[in-house]
Amino acid sequence: MGSLPFIFPFAELEVGQHLYWQLGNLRIHGQVFMTSWIVIGALLTLVVVGTKKMERDPRGVQNLLEFLWDYIRDLARTQIGEKVYRDWMPFIGTLFLFIFVSNWGGALVPWRLIHLPSGELGAPTADINTTVALALLVSLSYFYAGLSNKGLRYFEYYVHPTPIMLPFKIVEDFTKPLSLSFRLFGNILADELVVAVLVFLVPLVLPVPVMFLGLFTSAIQALIFATLAAYYIGEAVEEHH
Amino acid sequence: MTSFFLFGAEGGLFDFDATLPLMAVQVVILTFILNTLFFKPVGQVVEEREDYVTVSRSEAKQKLAEAERLEADLRGQLKDARLAAQKVITEAEQDSDKLYREALALANSEANSSREEARREIDAQRDSALNQLKADSEKLGDLIVERLLAVQ
Repeated sequence: MGSLPFIFPFAELEVGQHLYWQLGNLRIHGQVFMTSWIVIGALLTLVVVGTKKMERDPRGVQNLLEFLWDYIRDLARTQIGEKVYRDWMPFIGTLFLFIFVSNWGGALVPWRLIHLPSGELGAPTADINTTVALALLVSLSYFYAGLSNKGLRYFEYYVHPTPIMLPFKIVEDFTKPLSLSFRLFGNILADELVVAVLVFLVPLVLPVPVMFLGLFTSAIQALIFATLAAYYIGEAVEEHH
Repeated sequence: MTSFFLFGAEGGLFDFDATLPLMAVQVVILTFILNTLFFKPVGQVVEEREDYVTVSRSEAKQKLAEAERLEADLRGQLKDARLAAQKVITEAEQDSDKLYREALALANSEANSSREEARREIDAQRDSALNQLKADSEKLGDLIVERLLAVQ
């Protein structure tokens, strides 16, 4: 179930099939964890290599890391504000880097060459579990940020500027993680599917522009996710007057 | 295909299971690891450099201001010195002029007085010579008169 043999007669195109691992009585998607470990490994390698010997005159990988750091700081500072952005920068940065490397890894690495008993390797962000996990972390973060910064006054936000806003703001708490997770999931999965379908239909030339588009989408999605996460946190810690 | 989009079914796109919480835990752990390995050290280096640049720039500005102050100071000193030199030169010129005039006046007056004395002496000698001559001529006249009278 989940393969589309009647539309595309290719056994390799599998959607919604997973490589299940059994942990006690928990079932997890093995292919998601495998690629996520590769992504995390790549990130940690880059970071460890780049920070091994840091100097005041940066050279080599340190330049890249400083560029990324600066980029993430600007993102966090503009969205969250000068006062508390430092506390949230690691979280925003981790979201951005993890999603970005996941997306690009899914788009650039020819995972299909590795055959699994079931399912196939791909970007971890093309699995709904990953994106919902990230989105729920964002929800928890902005609640925590609001409560830890303003205490119970955080809930003033729900009746700001008028109590009429209350139901909308409550609905927002549910739509925020929903839209975050589905946007990322849908974009990445759709991109992978489009590329896969095109590769099977026209294996030459035609998929290349779509692949480039996919790289663009991947980067944009990572930026959008991180920016929105920062914006939600910023909204929660903002002082109303 | 019917269960393709269904929740809770075996497989499918929306197959939620323990992947979700475990992935969340994994990302939280990754956040802490990246904070220690990446955000803190790189932030430290970048901020140290920013501080260094700020401090260096303000020091340079201070030094520049100091240099400009010293330059203005020296310019002032130079100006004062020029004025002082001018004044000294003028004074010296006036002094020497005065000395010259004094010396000239002295020399003039000395010359005048010695000339006066000389003239007085000449007058005195001439007078005495005239007197002598007068006396002599009178004596000679008397003598001539005596002799002539005696001969007769």
